[in-house]
Amino acid sequence: MIAETLYDKLWNSHLVRTGPEGTALLYIDRHLVHEVTSPQAFEGMRMARRKPWRTGSMLAVPDHNVPTTHRSGGITDPVSRLQVETLDANCAELGITEFGMNDIRQGVVHVIGPEQGATLPGMTVVCGDSHTSTHGAFGALAHGIGTSEVEHVMATQCLVAKKSKAMLVKVEGKLGRGVTAKDIALAIIGKIGTAGGTGYAIEFGGDTVRGLSMEGRMTLCNMAIEAGARAGMVAADETTFAYIKGRPFAPQGGQWDKAVTYWRTLHSDAGAKFDAVAELDAAQIKPQVTWGTSPEMVVAVDGRVPDPAAMTDTGKREGAQRALQYMGLQANTPITEIKVDKVFIGSCTNGRIEDMRAAAAVARGKKVAPNVKLALVVPGSGLVKQQAEQEGLDKIFIAAGFEWRDPGCSMCLAMNDDRLEPGERCASTSNRNFEGRQGQGGRTHLVSPAMAAAAAIAGHFVDASKL
Amino acid sequence: MQKFEKFTGLVAPLDRANVDTDAIIPKQFLKSIKRSGFGPNLFDEWRYLDHGEPGQDCSCRPLNPDFVLNQARYQGAQILLARENFGCGSSREHAPWALADYGFRVIIAPSFADIFFNNCFKNGLLPIRLAAEQVDALFRAVEAQPGFALVVDLVRQNLTAPDGVTYQFEVDEFRKHCLLNGLDDIGLTLQHQAEIKAFEAKHRAAQPWLFV
Repeated sequence: MIAETLYDKLWNSHLVRTGPEGTALLYIDRHLVHEVTSPQAFEGMRMARRKPWRTGSMLAVPDHNVPTTHRSGGITDPVSRLQVETLDANCAELGITEFGMNDIRQGVVHVIGPEQGATLPGMTVVCGDSHTSTHGAFGALAHGIGTSEVEHVMATQCLVAKKSKAMLVKVEGKLGRGVTAKDIALAIIGKIGTAGGTGYAIEFGGDTVRGLSMEGRMTLCNMAIEAGARAGMVAADETTFAYIKGRPFAPQGGQWDKAVTYWRTLHSDAGAKFDAVAELDAAQIKPQVTWGTSPEMVVAVDGRVPDPAAMTDTGKREGAQRALQYMGLQANTPITEIKVDKVFIGSCTNGRIEDMRAAAAVARGKKVAPNVKLALVVPGSGLVKQQAEQEGLDKIFIAAGFEWRDPGCSMCLAMNDDRLEPGERCASTSNRNFEGRQGQGGRTHLVSPAMAAAAAIAGHFVDASKL
Repeated sequence: MQKFEKFTGLVAPLDRANVDTDAIIPKQFLKSIKRSGFGPNLFDEWRYLDHGEPGQDCSCRPLNPDFVLNQARYQGAQILLARENFGCGSSREHAPWALADYGFRVIIAPSFADIFFNNCFKNGLLPIRLAAEQVDALFRAVEAQPGFALVVDLVRQNLTAPDGVTYQFEVDEFRKHCLLNGLDDIGLTLQHQAEIKAFEAKHRAAQPWLFV
């Protein structure tokens, strides 16, 4: 028997047919839907007089546009409100399960899928959102799609796809104290670049990855797209099964045992061939901070802002010069001397309970520095919020001067009122530091939750692992 | 979808790598529930000096004179010449919608981000990968020669410069067929409805927990 990668197994088990030139029809098990990339797809269906193939595969939630305060009063921005109402109306009309804005189960789509057990090993998962790669943490094939593909999956339950190449990113060794999955993700992107994974599906393996919690694995897979890979994945194991068991959409009773038996096969076989392999030594990874306008522009917290003059590649040099200008940074500045104006803790990358705990552990008994204008904590879902409150984390944050908000995408992409003003600098647990991402002219530094909380307390970046 | 036919188009150069979808169409414009009208906000933060919001009349906004698409010589451009990893970032199809609505029909770059690349074909937009040296040569030619235009021939899979130099490019046969004929993917897939149903029945029997 040929040794298969996890990606091969997931691909083959969903292959409906292969057409000319390797163009395949892939069956989709789970279709997650949010308000920003779906209205045009629903409209297209209506115009073509088509009905969804299987509404039971769909789970919808508004997250990008929702306010994180005073939610009971509704959405004040009429354009955002229309988009959320359009999702509500489309779901009601077609009988699609939706967690509305004021449902406790509402949250960032990539947080709620796994939380509900709606993301399972062996599934194909799609969503009109690039961070769908998150769900690969469960040993699933999950990737972001465009709106035309959203419509295509609604209408046919299939995606027209071409098989990617397979890359193994192997992380071995013991992680240092205070070093998290976010730091691993940023270190990987720093190593292979934001286009390093283009054309690949990445499997994260090695004992360090095996040792991560599901939350950590989700953070890692979430950032696969920042390395250019549409899909990231981790083999299913006992950690995966323990996380899923008992969740509302998870298999129950006899089905559970049958499912687990199958899920145990969801790993790359010994000797399976990858088209590319990258290896990292976990012990060498320190807390990471991005300094530029691309996630690959990253250094360890004890490092300095690089000097473009020292870069030999012309494209890289010009890119770095432009980034430093936008970021308002001088070459060779120690990272720990960079002051921040705002702090954002949340998003599909780092909005889960473990992230809340890590940030709260740093904030406990401390105060947000006077130069920090706003420190936001936005839980990834209503259930994460509830859990955090049961653990008293909200009180720790509020006592320290953080704002404790309602769940949503919030300042990760600033489609609601949570945003940076021009020139403001932010320590953010999100995934993209692109120009204008958190608000026009805003300057984003990507970090882990502990690092973001530590920056809020100190007023500048500090090594959270040394606290 | 409109059929993609042979045409001659003015080329505009965008000389920076890693142009992301947040730059192509900033998030405040994603609140629309329509597919059209994104063109005036293409590259909004680079193109205008003020902050853009949905619903503004963009013809009254102050243009950034330094931004390449604002230069007189590139008005009416249908081909965008770009650098590596064009379209990285989010899956928003608003990015190709904005490019197409602005009037672009072809984007040439050494490499593209995967999701963006896919999304282009669904919207009659042809992304063309050329070798980095060829892209370099095109940047020099565009710079040197005002009015530089390329003939785009999808059937023959080549671009022809005014001096007669041709550039061959690769394109997936299925996507080419769809572009040339203006075909809708959904209709094509539904031709295989019976196969999908058969697969689904088998899949349901093997993993019933996926169908609750």
